[in-house]
Amino acid sequence: MNDRIQATTADHLETESRTRVLAASVAAALFGGFLFLGIGFAHSDTIHNATHDARHAFALPCH
Amino acid sequence: MFRRLFGAAFAAGIVAGLAISAIQEFTTTPIILHAEEYENAGTEAAIPESAIPETAVFRVAGTGAFHGFTIYKAHSGEEHGDESWGPEDGLERSLFTAGTNITMGIAFALMLTAAFAVHGGAITGRIGLLWGIGGFAVFTLGPNLGLPPEVPGSMAAELGVRQLWWIGCAAATGIGLCLMVFGRKLPLTILGVLIIAAPHIVGAPQPAEVGGGVPPEIAGHFAAASIVVAAIFWVMLGWLSGTFYQRFSGANA
Repeated sequence: MNDRIQATTADHLETESRTRVLAASVAAALFGGFLFLGIGFAHSDTIHNATHDARHAFALPCH
Repeated sequence: MFRRLFGAAFAAGIVAGLAISAIQEFTTTPIILHAEEYENAGTEAAIPESAIPETAVFRVAGTGAFHGFTIYKAHSGEEHGDESWGPEDGLERSLFTAGTNITMGIAFALMLTAAFAVHGGAITGRIGLLWGIGGFAVFTLGPNLGLPPEVPGSMAAELGVRQLWWIGCAAATGIGLCLMVFGRKLPLTILGVLIIAAPHIVGAPQPAEVGGGVPPEIAGHFAAASIVVAAIFWVMLGWLSGTFYQRFSGANA
C-alpha cells in the first residue's frame, strides 16, 4: 500500500518535472528564434546597418 | 531548468560569439570591405544613385527586341542618406559585428539547449558537438545550397522572398534531419529526405539577371570563407553549449 502511494507520487513528480522541462525548452527555443529573427531578418535600416557584416558572414539574405 | 537552459546558452553564445568575431576579422570581414569598394564604385560611377528607383526596369540597347530586367538595388536609397544611422567604419563597426555575433550565438545556443532538454539523456561537450553539426546543416548547408553567401553588391532576387525561402528551407532541413536521426524507420528516413529536398525542388528565388559589380573571384572566396567560418562557429557553439549544459546541471531551480 505504502509502496503504491510512493510509486504514484514518484510518477506524479516525474510528470511535473517533464512539464517543467518542456515549458523551459519551449521558452528557450521561442526566445532564441525571436532573437535570431530580430537580429538576422528585421528590415529596419538601423538594425540592418548594425548587423550588416555578421548577416553577410552567416550567409543570411541581406539588402 | 530555466536557469540551466538560459545560463548555458548565454555562456556558450558569448564565448562562441567573441571567438568567431576574432576569426571573422581576418576572414570574412576583409572580403566584405573589399567587395564594398566595387559595390560603391559600381553604383556611383555607372548610374547616379538618385536615378534608380527602388526597383527599375532597364532596357538594354542592341538586343533586337528590347530586353528588360529588374534590378534590386544592393542597398536601398535611405541607407546612403543621412537619416539612417550606421556604425562608423573601424572599431565601432567591428564592435557592432561582435555584438551581433554574440546575440546570434545566444539565439542558436538557446535552440541547442532546448533540444538537449527535450531529447533528454546525458549531455556532454561531445554530444553537444553533434547537435552543433546538426545546426550547421540546418542553418548553413541547407539554405546555402539555394541562396549562396552573398558579398555586398551581388545581384539577388527581392529580399522578402529570399528571407521567406531561407527560413522555410532551414525549418524543412531541421524537421527532415530529426525524422532521419530519431525516426529510425525506413519510411521516416525517406520522408525526412523528401522534406529536406522539398525547398530545393521548389527552388530558391534567383535574380532575373546576374552580373553584379563585384568580381567573381572575390564573391567565390567570400562564399567559401563564410561557410568555413560558420562550420568553426557551430563546432565551437555545440561543444560549448553541451559543456556548459552539463556543468550547470546543479542549477535546477
